[in-house]
Amino acid sequence: MNDMAQDGYTTADGRKIGGVLMEMRNITLRFGGVKAITDISFDIREGEIRAIIGPNGAGKSSMLNVISGFYVPQEGEVWFHGQRRAPMKPYEVARQGIARTFQNIALFDGMSVLDNIMTGRLTMMKTGLFSQALWWGRAQAEETAHREKVERIIDFLEIQTIRKTPVGRLPYGLKKRVELARALAAEPKLLLLDEPMAGMNVEEKEDMSRFILDVNDEFGTTIALIEHDMGVVMDLSDRVVVMDYGKKIGDGTPDQVRANQAVIDAYLGVAHD
Amino acid sequence: MFYREAGDFKTSYPDDSQTFPIRFDRLGYYAVLLLGFVVLPFVLNDYWTNAVFIPFLIYAIAALGLNILVGYCGQLSLGTGGFMAVGAYACYKLTTAFPDINIVFHILGAGIITAGVGLLFGLPSLRIKGFYLAVATLAAQFFLVWLFNRVPWFYNYSASGQISMPERTVFGIAVTGAQVAPWAGYMVCLVFVVVLAWMARNLTRGATGRKWMAIRDMDIAAEIIGVNPLRAKLTAFAVSSFYVGIAGALFFSVYLGAVEVGEAFGIEKSFAVLFMIIIGGLGSIFGSFAGAAFMVVLPVLIKLVLVDSWGWPTDLAAHIRLMIVGALIIIFLIAEPHGMAQLWRVTKDKLRLWPFPH
Repeated sequence: MNDMAQDGYTTADGRKIGGVLMEMRNITLRFGGVKAITDISFDIREGEIRAIIGPNGAGKSSMLNVISGFYVPQEGEVWFHGQRRAPMKPYEVARQGIARTFQNIALFDGMSVLDNIMTGRLTMMKTGLFSQALWWGRAQAEETAHREKVERIIDFLEIQTIRKTPVGRLPYGLKKRVELARALAAEPKLLLLDEPMAGMNVEEKEDMSRFILDVNDEFGTTIALIEHDMGVVMDLSDRVVVMDYGKKIGDGTPDQVRANQAVIDAYLGVAHD
Repeated sequence: MFYREAGDFKTSYPDDSQTFPIRFDRLGYYAVLLLGFVVLPFVLNDYWTNAVFIPFLIYAIAALGLNILVGYCGQLSLGTGGFMAVGAYACYKLTTAFPDINIVFHILGAGIITAGVGLLFGLPSLRIKGFYLAVATLAAQFFLVWLFNRVPWFYNYSASGQISMPERTVFGIAVTGAQVAPWAGYMVCLVFVVVLAWMARNLTRGATGRKWMAIRDMDIAAEIIGVNPLRAKLTAFAVSSFYVGIAGALFFSVYLGAVEVGEAFGIEKSFAVLFMIIIGGLGSIFGSFAGAAFMVVLPVLIKLVLVDSWGWPTDLAAHIRLMIVGALIIIFLIAEPHGMAQLWRVTKDKLRLWPFPH
């Protein structure tokens, strides 16, 4: 993998992976005296599915929070689209085309499924307050245009029947899907998924895996995901970063990672004799 | 039977997102508008106009405003009375400074000035939430009332410290002052209510409303999907204060005519409007109206029943009213936190299936 050409590679299933979309350089993140992430570097390439795995408390979610701008690392640089990203607020990061889902679902419970997904397009809605208050001309045209885009995502994720249902009433698996829909509605360049299959049964996991692959395939979205289900990770992802205790202990294709002794030790424990 | 979506096909997205998707509701809405504009002005006597309908309409505006802030954006405010006072005093200063300009513009101007003041007091909302924000807005309430009491410029150095509304006309008809016909004041308030309620509905169903509700439901997630929290909260404060300011201006100019700030816009007013939206329903346009109607009609009803028909003493009736309101707030908070609007929604859901609920 290290001899990978600068302008991308071709995956086993024949997909073309482009150049570097996001690069983390020597990221260190501390909370007071606790080091959550220590000197980690890796890159995410255009069009690939990149997994971040590791045992509990390894710093995976913190890493995702660094990417989405929620945490600002004390050391290191975040490069996006070939430019160094200055520390910015999460909503500014969203406007750059990075969307995410959450480990514990973070939907807006008081709103309908449709409204929740429409919030994903808020960064693209530009009409002013006054024009919206009159609901005339531009405001209504804009609303309709975005509604059409959102309906396409609703069709794609097969949630047509629950469109008008308040999110609070949905079962867990569907909530996860609505959250994915909301992230997709933003038409992100980079989609971050924090444990998209947590707490799902096999059938739901299969559905979700298919959606992730379809998203990557049809929209060409780059995806970075955290997941504990090794079967899913090994099947879905093109390259895997393995973290343990805030350090990177492995990086490469699923097969390389599977053969990596440090990774095996981290997951199975090391025999002390 | 007649209350169904069935057979009423929506073929475009604007159609699908209309306010009243069921035909019967639409007809009902037009019927209410017709009743309010064409029938009521002719049939109401002066007592009912002055004691019930005008205060109901004005409180409905204030409740709409507070509901935008508390119900839609989730920012608790106890400063409503203070902001109503800003509206009232702004209207007074404007109309005495520019007597030739139509009063409608003064009332709108009062709304805009109040929006500015609301924006200012909304600034702490970025840092503090919940009860602490409520205390900060409480400070606004006391500060504003104190300001209007102590600075004579605001009441044009009048000896009594009160402000009183001179006569102003719209289309040659007096709508404020001593000679005003109750129906004229009623019509002014009605026009404001209809336009403002329609605008509130538009704002809350569009992008702005979604930003507010996203902040209300989960502010961290809202920020990560691209909502600037400071801007969303400040627009909520500004729009909310605009409504409350107009309510205050109307309350002073059309309803009371003369105002002593501590009496008319004290902390009780803040609580009264807050109770309206709690009882009526947080995050609901209909709830604002229901709550305002309830709080205005209740004392009149109690007076009619207890004092006029049963002959009980007036002060006893007044205390019973307080007890009823207090009990109802507790009941609603426990049993139905979404207020009368939710009861109405449940009724409508049942009605859609009636008479074959299976």
